[in-house]
Amino acid sequence: MQKLLLLGDEAIAQAALDAGLSGIYAYPGTPSTEITEFVQNSKFAQDNHIHSKWSTNEKTAMESALGMSYAGKRAMVCMKHVGLNVAADPFINSAITGSNGGMVVVAADDPSMHSSQNEQDSRFFGKFALVPILEPANQQEAYDMVHYGFDFSEKYMVPVLMRITTRLAHSRSGVVRKKEIRNQNELKLPSDLRQFVLLPNIAKKRYKNLLKAQSLFTSESESSPFNNYIDGSDKSLGIVVCGLAYNYLLENFADRNVPNPVLKIGQYPIPRSLVEKMADECDEILVIEDGYPMVEELLKGYLGRGLKVKGRLDGTLPRDGELNPNLIAVALGIKDTFGLPVPDLVVGRPPSLCSGCPHIDSYHAMTETLQELSNGRVFSDIGCYTLGALKPYEAINSCVDMGASITMAKGAADAGLIPSVAVIGDSTFTHSGMTGLLDAINEKSPITVMILDNGTTAMTGGQDSQAFGKIEDICKGLGVEESHIRVLKPLKKYHAENVAIMKEELAYHGVSVLIPRRECIVSIDKRMREKFKKTNSTS
Amino acid sequence: MKKDIILAGVGGQGIISIASIIGYAALKQEMFLKQSEVHGMSQRGGDVMSNLRISHSEIASDLIPFGQADMIISIEPLEALRYLPYLSGEGWVITNLRPFNNIPNYPEIDKIIDEIAKVPHHIALDADATAKEAGSAKAANIVMLGAASPFLGMAYEKLEDAIRYTFRKKGDEIIELNLKALKAGRDFAEQNM
Repeated sequence: MQKLLLLGDEAIAQAALDAGLSGIYAYPGTPSTEITEFVQNSKFAQDNHIHSKWSTNEKTAMESALGMSYAGKRAMVCMKHVGLNVAADPFINSAITGSNGGMVVVAADDPSMHSSQNEQDSRFFGKFALVPILEPANQQEAYDMVHYGFDFSEKYMVPVLMRITTRLAHSRSGVVRKKEIRNQNELKLPSDLRQFVLLPNIAKKRYKNLLKAQSLFTSESESSPFNNYIDGSDKSLGIVVCGLAYNYLLENFADRNVPNPVLKIGQYPIPRSLVEKMADECDEILVIEDGYPMVEELLKGYLGRGLKVKGRLDGTLPRDGELNPNLIAVALGIKDTFGLPVPDLVVGRPPSLCSGCPHIDSYHAMTETLQELSNGRVFSDIGCYTLGALKPYEAINSCVDMGASITMAKGAADAGLIPSVAVIGDSTFTHSGMTGLLDAINEKSPITVMILDNGTTAMTGGQDSQAFGKIEDICKGLGVEESHIRVLKPLKKYHAENVAIMKEELAYHGVSVLIPRRECIVSIDKRMREKFKKTNSTS
Repeated sequence: MKKDIILAGVGGQGIISIASIIGYAALKQEMFLKQSEVHGMSQRGGDVMSNLRISHSEIASDLIPFGQADMIISIEPLEALRYLPYLSGEGWVITNLRPFNNIPNYPEIDKIIDEIAKVPHHIALDADATAKEAGSAKAANIVMLGAASPFLGMAYEKLEDAIRYTFRKKGDEIIELNLKALKAGRDFAEQNM
């Protein structure tokens, strides 16, 4: 069968379509975005009415997926690692309710923080929720695991977590599709209509069931096609290697034959009997895993008095950051390679706001407005505008999590930092800013909230914003006084006018909302190019 | 045959297009391929790089190890230097000399050129000027692909075919311009190897 050249993300999406998916739910987040976009762009998905519209945030996405599973159909929910924090409540509880139609949760981790504020390891969330975890080593496994995950989910009636990392998500390779395309499930409610009612009495029973299932999950792991024990003659060291890191290990052996026994892990809970085998026959164990030293900690134990285990905790591998073939060469005592050093004159080239970006004009006006006050009163959020922290703007003082700008500004105002300013994007506002704004309104907090409305979710590549056309109504509905909702046009020629409006609202002792509104420059460019393409093709 | 290629540039300069053209040519020859890209935050005018690996045998890692790349193809001179640790002793740096200056502390171009000259095997040209001469100012990335073409271990015609395929929807005129840009880069490399 012909190979498709797919990103890891795309392989997951294609697999879900081939496995009888009825709906995908997600909020955009690098490196997970392309999974949902692939389904959105699929003609097959459109023809078969597969849901793929963006959700307002990861929590609403997870809950919608759970609802689809309740109704008996297969659902996938995708997010970046920090998105799983937002969706943690429904995720953990979905393990207790269990699933009905198959449910696969994809969390895309970002070791080395290429595009994120931390490098948390989603496998801990899977362990926390007591659900099985799948971790593919390559694009083909990513494809195969989705089918396996849906089957597993339907067999044990439990959601399955699939953990990938940036490197797999955004790397392309050949993938062979399964011959058979599965139909979607029919609508079918749970046989017990109280399965999803987590009243204590029911939840207690369901939790016991989940605990009982753990040993079944472990035996599934022991016979899983994704957990392999590959023998080797040098028993002085056994190697446990998880997910993608397996490729980095193999890269160090030209003939792909590792002299040591290797336990390749792609499914959790870790396969106990295979670990035992390794512990029995090897003097020491090296654990290679991208992310946190989760398996290493487990094997080592707190006191480290049992097995001799090496990895990230003892410095054999670095404690943080993405792995690569060279780090594994060093860990194995293989001769490392290095090219030429980077010449001293090479300077960094950080990302920056695009030329013509509306945020630039918003920041210029805001900075001028604030210059008579002391520094350090601007709380910001997650999006392109976070780049306002860098030179030449240096305009913001925080970026923590989706929505934190408004609530942190409120807390600072509560503490006496008046006025406090929040800067948040349109899509981030509906993701997690609205609830915080309600807190501020209810207490009449003296904060000025700037909702930078560029009409799109820009940082992740211009996805639809759930806030589109709704921001004033949302603010009014939550209780912001109409006279303190001010729409600005962030353009150089309106600079003086914008500064004057900002000054007025900053002086107001209560919640005011400023909405600088101008379309993202990248969106305009894209729109124009598509328009041009259409005109061309019709002429 | 195996080629490990680092593609470098600044967000928006078209390194992914180079990768997909080489990738298409490689797949047509039944080769294995792995290509890792940069998405998200780093695309906003920051430095971007892609690891492209093509081989007749199966490829393990998505990342090229340090010290093992066969070539660095860069559409920007400063960016060519950033990835020197990846280059093997026998490897080539093939770079555009036209600076993309979007930072306040961009080094003096003459000093950058001196550093490029220190790399034992290098091809350096003003790909923007070459592209303009060839009739398409936007095709600097294709000029760079042409300059790298003698080192890719595949017949030149395969790359031409890949360009025809990549630009098939844009019409014959665009295809011809890109083929000319490819040839201009190729000619420069052959005269300066």
